[in-house]
Amino acid sequence: MKIITVALRVLDQDRALRFYTESLGFTVTEDIDLGEMRWLTVTPPGQPDFNVLLERVGPPFVDEDSAKHLDELVAKGFGGTLFLEVEDIRATFDALVDKGVEVVQEPMERFYGIDAAIRDDSGNQLRIMQPADTGIPWPEGSMGAERAQAAAS
Amino acid sequence: MTPEQIAHLRRAKDLVDRSYADPLDVVALAGHAHMSPAHFARRFKEAFGESPHQYVLTRRVERAQELLRNTDATVTDVCFEVGFQSLGSFSSAFRRVTGSTPTAYRATAIGLPPTIPGCWAALWTRPVGRGAGMEKPGASGRG
Repeated sequence: MKIITVALRVLDQDRALRFYTESLGFTVTEDIDLGEMRWLTVTPPGQPDFNVLLERVGPPFVDEDSAKHLDELVAKGFGGTLFLEVEDIRATFDALVDKGVEVVQEPMERFYGIDAAIRDDSGNQLRIMQPADTGIPWPEGSMGAERAQAAAS
Repeated sequence: MTPEQIAHLRRAKDLVDRSYADPLDVVALAGHAHMSPAHFARRFKEAFGESPHQYVLTRRVERAQELLRNTDATVTDVCFEVGFQSLGSFSSAFRRVTGSTPTAYRATAIGLPPTIPGCWAALWTRPVGRGAGMEKPGASGRG
């Protein structure tokens, strides 16, 4: 068994499509008009068998009132969260900032690596992490550099 | 509220989460959300359950808790590090949010290792108010 697709509620599929392809570098896997809904999936560059469904559903699948509540929650920032892993968080983060994305958290050193957080155009959070062992050197004087030095000596 | 209006509030909230140690007042936050201060304060509370001012204090206390738990910085250092201007305002906000003093909190928290990523710990362990002074004791629903 494996996960092939997860659904992420977005507020506007065209806008989300631009965000995930142009800002984040995902590619579109399927964009199909099913009549009552548009099946729109994107896949990250490093994982071609994993898809994110940029979902926009209302009646008849979700009643109007609930759909409105869901949209409000997404806009508040309490919708979905994706956890992404990259090789070089600082390069990735700087490129995203250059593209004008909303920043939630600048890159910060944690015990498990360096992580940062941004939002997609709907308000969903994307936490982006560079794990501690990618081989990209830690910044001088950081906890990670000290640990690496201690481990080497 | 429309999703667009809510998004303005969210951006102001994200600014607090990011820049909690800076001097943040309602006027500045309202400007960030493109709203008048009174309108902003009312809408923010409607959306997130506490006033912008209270949210700033709660965020600072939550960051202080992390520093008290995971570093050996003094209570005074922690106080200024997270953006409080005086020990008095730090202690009273800390007590209001956690029900404990910074020193007592540290004593009970010592030796508890971080078992989950800090970012999620921050969301999951974000303090909810109790005791006098909070508008909605025990209110939850964040994160």
